[in-house]
Amino acid sequence: MLDEYGIVALFAFVAVVFPAIPLLMAWVIRPKKPNKSKRATYECGLEFEDFPAEAQNVWVQFRVQYFIYALIFVVFDIEVVFLYPWAVAYNALGLFALIEMVIFLGILALALAYAWRKGLLEWT
Amino acid sequence: MSTPLVLTYVGFFVMAAITLGGALMAVSARNLIRAALGLIIALIGIAGIYFVLEAEFVAVVQILVYVGAISILILFAVMLTRGLMKRDLPAQNAQWIAAAFISLAMFAALLYVALSTNWRAVETQVAGDLIPKLGTELMTTYLLPFEAVSLLLLAALVGAIVIARE
Amino acid sequence: MDFFDNIFTNIYAWLAFWLHELLMGWNLPKDVESALVSAIMIILVIIVIILWMVLMVLILIWLERKNAARIQDRVGPNRVGPWGLLQPVADTIKMLIKEDILPENADRFVHTIAPMIVMMPPVLMFAVIPWGKGMVPVDLNIGVLWIIAVASIGTIGVFLGGYGSNNKYSLLGGMRAVAQMVSYEIPQVLTIVPIVLMVGSMSLVKINEAQSGWFGMQWFVFAFPVGTIAFVVYYLSALAEVGRTPFDIPEGESEIVAGYMTEYSGMKWALFYLAEYFNFFIVCVIGATLFLGGWNGPILPGYVWLVAKTYALVLLGMWIRMTWPRFRVDQLMNFAWKVLVPIALVNIVLAGVALPIFKMIGF
Repeated sequence: MLDEYGIVALFAFVAVVFPAIPLLMAWVIRPKKPNKSKRATYECGLEFEDFPAEAQNVWVQFRVQYFIYALIFVVFDIEVVFLYPWAVAYNALGLFALIEMVIFLGILALALAYAWRKGLLEWT
Repeated sequence: MSTPLVLTYVGFFVMAAITLGGALMAVSARNLIRAALGLIIALIGIAGIYFVLEAEFVAVVQILVYVGAISILILFAVMLTRGLMKRDLPAQNAQWIAAAFISLAMFAALLYVALSTNWRAVETQVAGDLIPKLGTELMTTYLLPFEAVSLLLLAALVGAIVIARE
Repeated sequence: MDFFDNIFTNIYAWLAFWLHELLMGWNLPKDVESALVSAIMIILVIIVIILWMVLMVLILIWLERKNAARIQDRVGPNRVGPWGLLQPVADTIKMLIKEDILPENADRFVHTIAPMIVMMPPVLMFAVIPWGKGMVPVDLNIGVLWIIAVASIGTIGVFLGGYGSNNKYSLLGGMRAVAQMVSYEIPQVLTIVPIVLMVGSMSLVKINEAQSGWFGMQWFVFAFPVGTIAFVVYYLSALAEVGRTPFDIPEGESEIVAGYMTEYSGMKWALFYLAEYFNFFIVCVIGATLFLGGWNGPILPGYVWLVAKTYALVLLGMWIRMTWPRFRVDQLMNFAWKVLVPIALVNIVLAGVALPIFKMIGF
């Protein structure tokens, strides 16, 4: 059992190392001549320097919409965690499990319907 | 010790180091996003510890729910704030002594429980694919909690939406 | 025929045996030796898979440019090598010798690790893909869930890329990209449930074996209507998940320059670009594995079938990209939550009902 996850661990190690290799290669080869206008923040051709101080703050406050999408996403993600074991065991369980899952899904569909009804799925 | 056992120990210590490093980064970073990144690293380390313990379903759920979803929720919550994102926030405030004290007391309590409990080691390897068994248990023995979870999720979503809209 | 079908597994076995013989001379303890052999073999396998993937992606980039050119009535790259085949190689060299520009006030650490994080999920996903009969690095019994879980890590990289650049467009693009990726993750995850339900296992090898009937043509996409609906939902949400046109709002250059990649240059940008193609290729491989029978098929060896099916999906994706205009943000979100998610939910219930019927007709 752990043998399998030993292999996975090796894959994880490679996943960390593999993207670093081209970066290191490029770091060795590439020219390094930064100057002020190269390093300026991109602003569609306008000079970022000339902006008033408050406009140079790139921090944009985001709408609560993003957060609500993330919330609905979390709820459905947790639902999925329960769905998969059910799906694996379904063959052995039969009709009773189907009814249980329909109830489970129904309650969550209610959540989706609530969000929909309240206009939270509207991207304005 | 046999080789697999040595590897298990190595795996555990690597994962514990990742978890602790991430946790330290989370509390000491002066930048909220970096702190969140530290938290994510700690969560990945915990998933790794579950893997070492051969609880692969829990481990994958840890990655899926915590690393993939909760972390996004945290990052989005940070993005909703204004002003909090200035580069350097002080990493501690006046309450840090009290917080450190409580954390240490908590740690001592956990350590005491862990050391005083008589852990029974399971000699036999748990056999085969446990996911179908998990699904069956969920559908029969733990049916009520299972259905309650969906209600809980519904309540959580509705509550969060109501708060977020205000 | 068996010779070609087993050629890679035979080479693997032969190499492992040779390594074993080699280590015999060292008189190591038995379990240390076997652990060492399997570790070295697995590292070899990983290197081969990654080299193969890089080759595939280089071909994919060439194919995409050539295809786009044909559809838009141009010639496309034709200078470097025959038919411009060496163009991706030239691009790689160019990327390597480009200066890496770090914008002012950018968070250097976050700016650097973001493209690395984005590259991680595809490599982790390679671990569980059955590339042919008996050609799977590791057959996890939670394979499908592993793929889904690992895929969600990439979202964090995209967000960090947007945040670390200290640029409005990057930040906006990053946030939009994350919102889109999480929204399309849900239908993608839900739509795989019927397949797991029909097989009764999450192991990708078992899923492949379940499709081996009818002379290798018993693919789940033919399990009308459940499998077909699941496949369509999967394919659309996978395209959106990897952010390809018409779902490329995060990089919509007419609105937010290049989204989270705006302030990236040189090799870091190339990593984002490569990761996009890696992801595109890998979702097509997974689509082929789950719905199109994987390595199952008559006559030809398994790995040839898998590559052929993958390229069929890849070409379909390219065709869609070339012919469709970009969605608006609101259309995109509506499509995920109001169309794909309800369809996927209904499909799960449908699968539960239809399973006994499928069993009856031998599916």
